[in-house]
Amino acid sequence: MPRHHQGGWIIITSFIIAILLTMLPLPEWAQTSRPEWVTLVLIYWCMALPARVSIGWGWIAGLMLDVTLGNLLGLHALTMAIVAFLTIKLYQRIRVYPPGQQALAILVLVAMSQLLILWILGIIGTTPDSWTYWLPSLSSAIIWPWLFVVMRGVRRHFRVT
Amino acid sequence: MTMDHRYHHLDTVRSALSLIIEPIRHVVNLPFSLVGNVSKNLSSRSTLLSNNEELRVKNLLLQAQLQKYAALQSENMRLRELLDSSFKVGDKVLIAELIRVDLDPFTRRIVINKGSNDDLFAGQPLLDADGIIGQVVQVSPFSSTAMLITDPSHAIPIQLNSTGQRAIATGTGRPGEIELLHIPSNTRLEKNELLVSSGLGGRFPAGYPVARVIRTLKHPGKPYLEVIAKPTAHLQRSREVLVVWPSTGPQPEPIAGGK
Repeated sequence: MPRHHQGGWIIITSFIIAILLTMLPLPEWAQTSRPEWVTLVLIYWCMALPARVSIGWGWIAGLMLDVTLGNLLGLHALTMAIVAFLTIKLYQRIRVYPPGQQALAILVLVAMSQLLILWILGIIGTTPDSWTYWLPSLSSAIIWPWLFVVMRGVRRHFRVT
Repeated sequence: MTMDHRYHHLDTVRSALSLIIEPIRHVVNLPFSLVGNVSKNLSSRSTLLSNNEELRVKNLLLQAQLQKYAALQSENMRLRELLDSSFKVGDKVLIAELIRVDLDPFTRRIVINKGSNDDLFAGQPLLDADGIIGQVVQVSPFSSTAMLITDPSHAIPIQLNSTGQRAIATGTGRPGEIELLHIPSNTRLEKNELLVSSGLGGRFPAGYPVARVIRTLKHPGKPYLEVIAKPTAHLQRSREVLVVWPSTGPQPEPIAGGK
């Protein structure tokens, strides 16, 4: 018998806030090092509730992100689905890591999603030509421990299962 | 993805999805418009008075110039009629405001608050007071996305104002820089040379300023000059943009991407 789910609106709200943070205007120097908020939130929910949030959520969140950023439709949808898949595969290991090691795993996951995006951009011929392209993976890894604590607090407070 | 890139079948899907994103965009924009409103309401009486005075003087000057311009325009039209040319002066315009949201930092795109409800279409040119800004690439009912001329996948046909030589200017992805393609290395190019739109291709109206040359580099082994120019329009600063319905010739097929 399936478990009773609750708190679906909390998950949706967290994704909406992540998209909001992605769009928030930043000064020119900080724009390139903006963390990949939506990817981070997706990884968190995949780790915390792997039975509930997985590839489908990743695909939809990625599609919304594509529309938000004005990218090719499906670019982030594909990479987010792959990130969700990998997180589902790895969550039992990442969950027990200490925060520093968790951040390293996040660095690898986000960098891999960026690499996939870079390949697709390369195929359509609009490759970014600066090394600052890779800064989001670094900033995402740095922000991860704090995000993890906040999201865990939210999940426990609203008893999202 | 291939469908979107090659055939643009998904434009309706995209505009439907962007309706969901629309409220989030407005939430992001809200603090900025609030701050703008508050500072507008709090500006002191003396600033308003001096502003008003300044604008009155400027208006007078512009009116005087306009009289001359009207005479010149009618003379121009008469001469063109004599020459049997189909050129027409006077484009329909609409003022749109920027929505303050950040898009992908490696493309140069903006979101404006007018959409297909105001008859905007993909491929439409955008101007500000000092020159061409870019063109509309995606339209949804209440907002649309526009590509700036500095976007790496944007190209605009231009003409050197002094010699009339034609060229293509593409974006570099860096703010405030565009690059001229295929300029033979024996071309004389002064610094500050003005580049205007040539109107070829039928997408941009002819004769509007686009950029000024800031540096030229000659590579001895290559047949072409490397020419970098700075857009005359204030791409990073303008809050309002003009959307233009060009009246010259038949409308081009609307194609997103501007290739």
